[in-house]
Amino acid sequence: MSAKTADRIATGVIYAVSALIVVILAGLLGYIIFRGIGHISWHFLTSAPQTIKAGGGIGPQLFNSLFLLVLTLIITIPLGLGAGIYMSEYAKAGRLTDTIRLIVEVLSSFPSIVIGLFGLLVIVNLFGLGFSLFSGALALTVFNLPLMVRITEQALRGVPREQKEASLALGLSRWKTITSVMLPIATPAIVTGTILAAGRVFGEAAALLFTAGMSSPRLDFTNWNPLDERSPLNPFRPAETLAVHIWKINSEGLAPDASQIAAGASAVLIIMVLVFNFGARWFGRYLHRKFTATK
Amino acid sequence: METQSLTAKNIHVHYGEKEAIKGVSLDFAPREVTALIGPSGCGKSTFLRSLNRMNDTIDNARVTGEIWIDGENINEPGVDVVLLRQKIGMVWQRPNPFHKSIYENIAFGPRYHGIKNKKQLDHIVEDCLRKAALWDETKDRLHNSALALSGGQQQRLCIARSIAVKPKVILMDEPASALDPVSTAKVEELISELKQDYTIVIVTHNMHQAARVSDKTAFFYMGKVVEYDRTEKIFTNPSEKATDDYISGRFG
Amino acid sequence: MERPAVKDNHMEQQGNRARKVVKPHVVEEWVGKVYTAICILVLVVTIGAIVYFVSSRGLTTFIKDGVSLSGLLGGLKWDPEADIPLYGALPFIFGSFSTSLLAALIAAPLGVCAAVFMTQIMPGIGKRILQPVIELLAGIPSVVFGFVGLSVIVPALRSIFPGQGIGIAAGAIVLSLMILPTITTIATDALAGLSAGLKEGSYALGATRWQTIYRIVIPTTLPALLTGVVLGMSRAFGEALAVQMVIGNSPHIPHSLFESASTLTSVITLDMGNTVMGSAHNNALWSLALILLAMTFVFVFVVRFLERRKNR
Repeated sequence: MSAKTADRIATGVIYAVSALIVVILAGLLGYIIFRGIGHISWHFLTSAPQTIKAGGGIGPQLFNSLFLLVLTLIITIPLGLGAGIYMSEYAKAGRLTDTIRLIVEVLSSFPSIVIGLFGLLVIVNLFGLGFSLFSGALALTVFNLPLMVRITEQALRGVPREQKEASLALGLSRWKTITSVMLPIATPAIVTGTILAAGRVFGEAAALLFTAGMSSPRLDFTNWNPLDERSPLNPFRPAETLAVHIWKINSEGLAPDASQIAAGASAVLIIMVLVFNFGARWFGRYLHRKFTATK
Repeated sequence: METQSLTAKNIHVHYGEKEAIKGVSLDFAPREVTALIGPSGCGKSTFLRSLNRMNDTIDNARVTGEIWIDGENINEPGVDVVLLRQKIGMVWQRPNPFHKSIYENIAFGPRYHGIKNKKQLDHIVEDCLRKAALWDETKDRLHNSALALSGGQQQRLCIARSIAVKPKVILMDEPASALDPVSTAKVEELISELKQDYTIVIVTHNMHQAARVSDKTAFFYMGKVVEYDRTEKIFTNPSEKATDDYISGRFG
Repeated sequence: MERPAVKDNHMEQQGNRARKVVKPHVVEEWVGKVYTAICILVLVVTIGAIVYFVSSRGLTTFIKDGVSLSGLLGGLKWDPEADIPLYGALPFIFGSFSTSLLAALIAAPLGVCAAVFMTQIMPGIGKRILQPVIELLAGIPSVVFGFVGLSVIVPALRSIFPGQGIGIAAGAIVLSLMILPTITTIATDALAGLSAGLKEGSYALGATRWQTIYRIVIPTTLPALLTGVVLGMSRAFGEALAVQMVIGNSPHIPHSLFESASTLTSVITLDMGNTVMGSAHNNALWSLALILLAMTFVFVFVVRFLERRKNR
């Protein structure tokens, strides 16, 4: 076989593989959405699930997922920003910084199930928070934090050096320089990264099985007192999220329409993830335009 | 005023193992423009950045020697660099206005240093923009983004920004090298105006510029000052052969 | 001039005040440093706590319940609820390794091909189509992969091969899709970072594109490509729900790829909720978690080792 033929064959194979990947993703998304979309209705999105009867919905699960995401971000963002600022602006090159970097790397590669187990042991049992939204949010924070740190650090490193120096040269403190000059410039990148990370958090289940729990109490959506047990806003109640629900009905669903519910819920989850993905890109570009606006 | 406004004594700068500045001592007279010239890589910018401790921000840079301003050696560990940098302003090669409005670019520094009164800030903004000969061009769009200005306008805005915190010294690192000839002329004119109030140190690779704007000139070569004298003397009758070679263009 | 005078005056006042009390900017710097240092501390304490708590629980099996390390790692039978409980975790260890290795074997060639396409063949289309596709793939939640695995891949395998369709093959296929983005992204970065001169030298000698790719491009970037593969394997090894949904969950080493099996993560997922904290069975599950944790460290250090070789 001549070199030319080999070249042609190899190129063909590479084209085919690349096309295959696109087809797989298209097939995957298409399958999930087309199989599930027929089952999505207002009733499905808002009503409570049924254990053994058909016709259950995913209302509480959808609410739980969103509420948990908000709680997680409230905890993760201040921590992640602080740690990211430290890594980018305060850490001096040396042993200590290398060690911290290694730690962030290790933390980001821990399996999420292990983080869930840690949550069960320490947050649920030791701190006595029980299976609750709050426990789930803390576990997801552990899961999400390394990513937030990396996003913040990279965004700050992307700020032109002259901007930082200009502020320092005016006699501004380092902290003021970071918060008033560098962070605004880094914001588009941080926001984009955070939304993408939020999509990951939204779909996470393994870390939640043993922290936020696999059940949801009957919620009274007219009761908005966060301290009441039946209130959806109570952060100390157990909460099954959408992703956990999909896992549960696939492995032990008893309702006759379990597979349709799984399909519908998967479609909802995928649509939400797509919204996060495209939202992140769009919003990032929008912020970038706004911050560097020429007019 | 008899006292020297800014004095550098025996400055050495190391980047890691490499010695970039090898013992430079210079006095900068008040209300004069001093030009630092020399081939690229000779250390003139590095030296300039030592004067307001800007090399602190570079991880492996080490500056030794004394820098005196107002009877205080500022190159000591305990010195409050924030207060020091208020006294020494800086302008960079590429215009670097903050990603804020024109008004905010000027008001940012003074507000941080304790001026909260809106009227007072308005006055400072107008005053600084007038001094930078930018007021007429910008007075109708003070709250537009500074990034919408042309390069030359941006650079004058940066100069206005630096004088808003009332420094005594202004350091300029090739302030006109990224600008077109018209803008360059405006910036040079501005420098001549400003020297009535400030001590100015300017790094430039443009010898005509050095000759036009400066009172004194220091010629840097290989991390050392070869010659430091009145500008007329340097450009008409230098004492060192290396200086002569450089200014007459017979040089790398 | 009046205005600057006002300002001077103000500055002076500030200066006077500053001499008496602690200067505000010093406080501010301090607040910033303490705040960011606390955030870092939280991170460090968290990982310390994870390692400490999982280890202390996981080691109880050996200390209190008298199970030997070799018995756990090498034992073939897992039957914790029997009269004489048996804690042989080899089937799970085998399951985890075989699924993640197979997944890497499937995903690595695909990922490298995609990276070659995006960097060497058609960067335009690669950036516009293939890269977003890869990014979207990375965003799909693992339960959705599990659901698709259960409703598409398992039935497909069942119709082609003997058996129920569940098992290591199904797990590996699902995992390979999940780790494809990791491998592709890292391979793309590595190939894009290659200097153009290297390739041009090869073309100048009359080599075809394919010869250049497999003689020059792939060998030079091999450590980086391997880094991607190891990171992908690491992710596959720790993935729980997607695998658990398609693997069948029988606690023994299967005779074929299409027979029900288990992994470390799948058995933890299923049994952790059904055992009492502190019981020997529960402790044994923590020992499995400890193995997962230890493997994470192994993967991280292998990646570090490869990166050091890459930088050389």
